[in-house]
Amino acid sequence: MPLCIQGGNSKAFYGRKIEAEQFDVSANSGVISYEPTELVITVRAGTTISEINEVLANHDQMLAFEPPCFSTTATAGGMVACGLSGPRRPYVGAVRDFVLGIKCLNGKAEILNFGGQVMKNVAGYDVSRLMTGAMGTLGVLLEVSLKVLPTPDYELTLKGEADDATAINLMNQWAGQSVPLSAASFYDNNIFIRLSGHRNAVIAAASQLQFSEYSDGEHYWQSLRDHEHDFFSDNKKLWRLSVPSTTKPMNLHGQWFIEWGGALRWLKTSEPVEQVRRVVSMAGGHATLFRGGNQNDDVFHPLSAGIGNLHLALKNAFDPKKILNRGRLYKEF
Amino acid sequence: MSLFVDKLKRLLPKELIIADEELLRAYECDALSAYRQLPSYVVMPESVDQVQAIMRLCHQENVPVVARGAGTGLSGGAMPVEDGLLLSLAKFNQIVHLDPDQRIATVQPGVRNISVSEAVEKYGLFYAPDPSSQIACTIGGNVAENSGGVHCLKYGLTVHNILAVKLITVTGELLEIGADSLDSAGYDLLALMTGSEGMLGVIVEVTLKLISKPLNNRVLLAAFDEIEEAGKGVADIIASGIIPAGLEMMDNGVIKAVEDYLHAGYPVNAAAILICEVDGAEEEVDEECRKVKAILEVAGASDVRVARNKEEGDKFWEGRKSAFPAVGRIAADYYCMDGTIPRKHIGSVLNRIDELAKQYKLGVVNVFHAGDGNLHPLILYDVSIEGELERAEELGGKILEVCVEVGGTITGEHGVGIEKINQMCVQFNAEELVQFHAIKNAFDPKGLLNPGKAIPTLNRCAEFGAMHIHRGELPHPDLERF
Repeated sequence: MPLCIQGGNSKAFYGRKIEAEQFDVSANSGVISYEPTELVITVRAGTTISEINEVLANHDQMLAFEPPCFSTTATAGGMVACGLSGPRRPYVGAVRDFVLGIKCLNGKAEILNFGGQVMKNVAGYDVSRLMTGAMGTLGVLLEVSLKVLPTPDYELTLKGEADDATAINLMNQWAGQSVPLSAASFYDNNIFIRLSGHRNAVIAAASQLQFSEYSDGEHYWQSLRDHEHDFFSDNKKLWRLSVPSTTKPMNLHGQWFIEWGGALRWLKTSEPVEQVRRVVSMAGGHATLFRGGNQNDDVFHPLSAGIGNLHLALKNAFDPKKILNRGRLYKEF
Repeated sequence: MSLFVDKLKRLLPKELIIADEELLRAYECDALSAYRQLPSYVVMPESVDQVQAIMRLCHQENVPVVARGAGTGLSGGAMPVEDGLLLSLAKFNQIVHLDPDQRIATVQPGVRNISVSEAVEKYGLFYAPDPSSQIACTIGGNVAENSGGVHCLKYGLTVHNILAVKLITVTGELLEIGADSLDSAGYDLLALMTGSEGMLGVIVEVTLKLISKPLNNRVLLAAFDEIEEAGKGVADIIASGIIPAGLEMMDNGVIKAVEDYLHAGYPVNAAAILICEVDGAEEEVDEECRKVKAILEVAGASDVRVARNKEEGDKFWEGRKSAFPAVGRIAADYYCMDGTIPRKHIGSVLNRIDELAKQYKLGVVNVFHAGDGNLHPLILYDVSIEGELERAEELGGKILEVCVEVGGTITGEHGVGIEKINQMCVQFNAEELVQFHAIKNAFDPKGLLNPGKAIPTLNRCAEFGAMHIHRGELPHPDLERF
């Protein structure tokens, strides 16, 4: 019997729709271990991201990849399974960069441990990262160990005006110049950047840039991370375009929100699906119909034949009877 | 095999095929020279088309293939297999494309690690992973082993610093994994490939992420009378919210060996020293340096020196980087282990290693990446004394068992290869090993790529191995090992 794995049900809109028995794993929750000096937290997969954030904040530490919380119910398991990261991602890494180990159930109901709680570990294939972003199609996550980082001493958000092409140029230039960037976005002719680090270093860096300080920065980045910003408030079809950061403004009509210093672009458009995919492929990226599209169709960018075959073979290696989230990522598996 | 070589000659000019036994000898091992196997042939293709053709032929003829870069690996991962082909990627040595705006470099797998940073220095950029063998080791091997280095505490391992690879599958198909964008559709095959020790495919191109060079750095050297205090110093630095660019520890045995060798001015009576490097903007370096000094003093350091300039900083590092050759002078032979443990156990594990060493009547000295908890215990022995080799091997096994017992791993950065294949049975249970084999099978159903490495079969859970060094003679003795 096929199963649809469900944690906090905060990202039901994401991925393909599947017909399967609901498998609610949210009750498997709680922090198992957390030692600030180890920079590692191990949690059961049903632990909410908000609980983890709170526990870490008490020790001035954080999940550096700023996972989105589309609802307070969002869990660590869903966070890892969906593999989504927030505004800090281009500068510190994505959720997959911070996953150190997992305990999971494969499709044969075997409990398996991969990776661990140490920073360096090259024993065996990197299954923990393979599971990250696999949308639950390779296993049911039971526990995850995540690397955490100290919260920066000081953060400052700056705001300035520019057109899109200039903004993309600037954001890329700064990233190559030791500016302590921790987020950079562009929307509606405004660039917002966040600088993080030691107070004096941040202030010194800010004084070099001809931008003004924006006092509501914390709320701005949170609203972008969790899609509470006005741009995301309507029910229009929303595309997530992951492209090389230096990609020029793209020839697709619609409303744009650029973040990750140019590497992630949100688009609301009525252009046909094929057209969006074609333009993004040409730019060397991939396009996900993030929200509001037809969930019975392809949501994620189609894979090349060779890569698709490897996916099928890997699915077969973990879940030969195709029980787990079959069809959530791609129709075939 | 003779029919096979005829077919090979149809694919490649004959100067790219080595079949002469004298010449094959150069390829019979990597830097773990205790394990040797002569390959049937070595091929040195020059183009992706040739690699594809070779793979198609080997797949058709069921001939095993081992890919090899510079052969600097420490775990026997590039050791040839019997009746197999050794595929050298030495001629894939070009930097294909540099894009300073996008901060990426596309390189062939035979490009040496250090030459990437050298090529992009003029743009104020660098490639962060810096394994100690970086002047010789190549990017393809770095991806295969998920190499780290002294600075990976702050800047990450290879897996954190690559964007894409071009892969030739066992059937000769060319696949592009990853992209110039920060993520890709579908499974994270890039992560799966990184550290897969040549078991899943042959890498023919890699796109590397470059980062901006820190404007300043400074080095501190702290001496401790008790090893636990040094361990505490490491934990306290991390707990304070500082992630140093490097944080290394040496125990008394190594300090003395290095001082004899180099006269670097190390405190020879200290039980342990820590070398800590901080980097960033000037304000940041000043502040972190001040904080680290205070933390180490509170932790019990008897002396903390801050390098006054680059030359002094380099001198602090020089001793650390010369540790392996220095130890080679005090013992006839040594084994180098590579376990990683949670930082909090550094002091207690070092003490347990000491107790074990006494029990086995052998010396052990320690020099390692303390910031990541990555230990490199060096077991001293003399192969000419009967029984010492066996005792050293057994002791090595016990040390790795201790690493696993405290929540660590049998290998932090050297890879499993052939060397630690038995210890994989300590770390993983049968179902996990079966899952690894299923992954291998998804890529390589015939088991032709680097067979017998990295993942043990279930009926093979016996003795332990380690890096064998005879009379201080390291393969690649010119390379720093740390």
